[in-house]
Amino acid sequence: MTPRIVELRQGLLKKNDQLAAALRLRFQDAGVFVVNLVSSPGTGKTLLLERTLSALKAGGGRPAALVGDLETDRDAQRLARAGVPVRQIQTHGICHLDADMIERHLDGWDLASHDLLFIENVGNLVCTSSYDLGESCRVALLSVTEGEDKPLKYPGIYNSADAVVITKIDLADVCEFDRDAARAHLFDVRPGVRLIETSAKTGQGFDDWLAFLEERPQSR
Amino acid sequence: MHELSIAEALVQHVTEAMAGSAPYRVTRVRLRIGLLSGLAADALAFCFEVVTRDTPLEGSALEIESVPVAIRCDPCGQIVELPEAPPLRCPRCNQASAAIVRGKELEVESIDVEDEIQNMTRSEPAS
Ligand SMILES: [Zn+2]
Repeated sequence: MTPRIVELRQGLLKKNDQLAAALRLRFQDAGVFVVNLVSSPGTGKTLLLERTLSALKAGGGRPAALVGDLETDRDAQRLARAGVPVRQIQTHGICHLDADMIERHLDGWDLASHDLLFIENVGNLVCTSSYDLGESCRVALLSVTEGEDKPLKYPGIYNSADAVVITKIDLADVCEFDRDAARAHLFDVRPGVRLIETSAKTGQGFDDWLAFLEERPQSR
Repeated sequence: MHELSIAEALVQHVTEAMAGSAPYRVTRVRLRIGLLSGLAADALAFCFEVVTRDTPLEGSALEIESVPVAIRCDPCGQIVELPEAPPLRCPRCNQASAAIVRGKELEVESIDVEDEIQNMTRSEPAS
């Protein structure tokens, strides 16, 4: 028997995208600006966030964070020390957060009592790029220890980023990090993307980073 | 693993699309995967085999069409396909563009379906 062809023409992530669109409306209604932080493991995402939350809180802000991790809640515990509400999402082996996980972890949370919500995604530059979480803007991290060509190896995620935060800039010289090459590679995959050089250890660049957050830059 | 989630989503999409049909078997699945989607075809093929077990998709052939990257180039005023990406740069005018038009697809295009005839004889005109 000859098989019949059934046309589907469907995006495999259609459900996630629909859910993310609903989340985006919910965040907008609550007046909370949502930043999806993505990076590879070990870029210093948690330290950056720790310092950011403390600084925002000290400045009278009302930030909060949702932290994705494969198994532990160590990061959430660290972040909670900043004295702001932090919720942990354990993905149990799944390498990215999706809109459904975000929605389930918003239960009973008064979003309107916050002005800024950070979503610390799982450390992964591939899978995280495909999943819209309803965020207002996506920020990708690149640490000076990773090498300048990382954007070329993972173009998808850097292309989808609204800003790139270069972390551990205090180690740039030790790592022989070539700033110009990094900038050129980032512009190859995302021309004109906003770059912010930071060190969560020394505080370098934090004024720029906080100013960027203050602008509430909407995704393209 | 990303590919596992995608393979699971695929089975779910197909199953939902075929809900309410008579018993069927999928013999072929056609996907369109953008080269910038970050999906590894061999990993997907492996996951596909695992997650389709005991489903109507079991044993079906997986066909993956790779979609090259195309950007919209403002100076050229058109959509340009890139033989190699990154860089996302127009090969004609060398202008960089972040406007990706194609190359991030994760789509199921179509499936081939055989309707299963269960315990009944059917007279069909010879074809
Ligand atoms: Zn051009």
